[in-house]
Amino acid sequence: MAYEAINGNKFVTYKNKLSEKFNIFDYYSDMEKNNILLSFKGTITDDLISAIIELIENKLELKNESSRIKKKVFNILVECLQNLYHHNEDYNQQNGHDMSVMVVIKKNGTGYSIVTGNLIQDVKIESFKSKLNKINSLDKEGLKQLYKTVLTDGEYSDTGGAGLGLIDIGRKSSNPLEYGFIPFNENYSFFSLNVKINQ
Amino acid sequence: MESIKLEGTPKTPTVEFSANNGVLLLKGRSIPENSIEFYKPLINWIEDYSASAPSETVLNVQLEYFNTSSSKCLLDIFKRLERAGDAVTINWYYEEDDEDMLEAGEDYDAIIDIPFKMIEVEEI
Repeated sequence: MAYEAINGNKFVTYKNKLSEKFNIFDYYSDMEKNNILLSFKGTITDDLISAIIELIENKLELKNESSRIKKKVFNILVECLQNLYHHNEDYNQQNGHDMSVMVVIKKNGTGYSIVTGNLIQDVKIESFKSKLNKINSLDKEGLKQLYKTVLTDGEYSDTGGAGLGLIDIGRKSSNPLEYGFIPFNENYSFFSLNVKINQ
Repeated sequence: MESIKLEGTPKTPTVEFSANNGVLLLKGRSIPENSIEFYKPLINWIEDYSASAPSETVLNVQLEYFNTSSSKCLLDIFKRLERAGDAVTINWYYEEDDEDMLEAGEDYDAIIDIPFKMIEVEEI
C-alpha cells in the first residue's frame, strides 16, 4: 500500500537522498522562519514584473499594512525590478543566453527588505560603487538635490532610467543601501542589494 | 487639434488631452518599462498644443505611482507646457499620507516655471 511505503524504508531512503542534495522542506522552513513573502530566481520579463507587483500588493493588503508602507514597498520594488530588467538585458546581449537574477522580499521586526542579486560586469563595479557610496553619504536634503540635478541634466541612459533609479530607491527607503560584490567568473561579479523600508 | 484619450492600464495612466477646453489629465499609474515609447506621442501633442497659443490650461496630475523612467518624461511634458504662456496651472494631486508624492510635486515645482497647486485627497 502506498501509505506503508511512505512510512517504510522507501521514504527514509528517499529523505536521506534528498537531504544530501536539496531538501525542499528545509528550504520551506527557512523561508517561513525568515518571513519571506516572495523569492524568485530566473529571467525578468515585463509580464513577470506585473505579476510580482500584483502579488505583493495583495499580500500587503492581507497584512493590513498602512498605506504609507504599501506605497514605499511598491515604489521601491518597481524600481528594483526594472533595474534588474534593464541591466539583465545588458548581460544577455553580451552572452546571448538568459541569466538568472534573484529577488527576495522579506518582512522583519523593523519593516520590509527587498533584496536583489544580479550579475554585473567587473568593469562597471567601480562606477557603481561610487554611485552607491555617494547616495549613502547624503542626507534627505542632499538626495533631493542630487535627484533634481540628475533629473534636469538631460542625460538619458539607453534604458530611459536617466540613472535616477538608485537615487530614488535611496530616497524613498530613508536607509543606507546595503550592497556587496562577489566574484562570479573572470568578467562578472554577483551584485547584491538590500533595501530596507522601516515600518 | 485632435484629442488624445487613453484608458489606463496597470502600468500606464489614463490620459485625456483635449485642446477644446484646455483641461488635460494624467491619472493612475505610470510605471512602464519603456516610458519613452508611451510618452513620446503625448510630448509631441503638448508641443503642438503649446504652439497653438491656448488660452487657459489646467493639467491635472493625479498619479498614484510613477517610476523614475516616467519622471523624465513628465518633466518633458511640463517643460513643453511652459511654452504655452502664462495661463497654465498644474494641479498636483497626492494622497494624504503620501509624503513621497508631495515631495515629487515640490521637486517639479522648483524646476518648472508654471504654478503648481498641491491638492491633498483621501484617495486618487
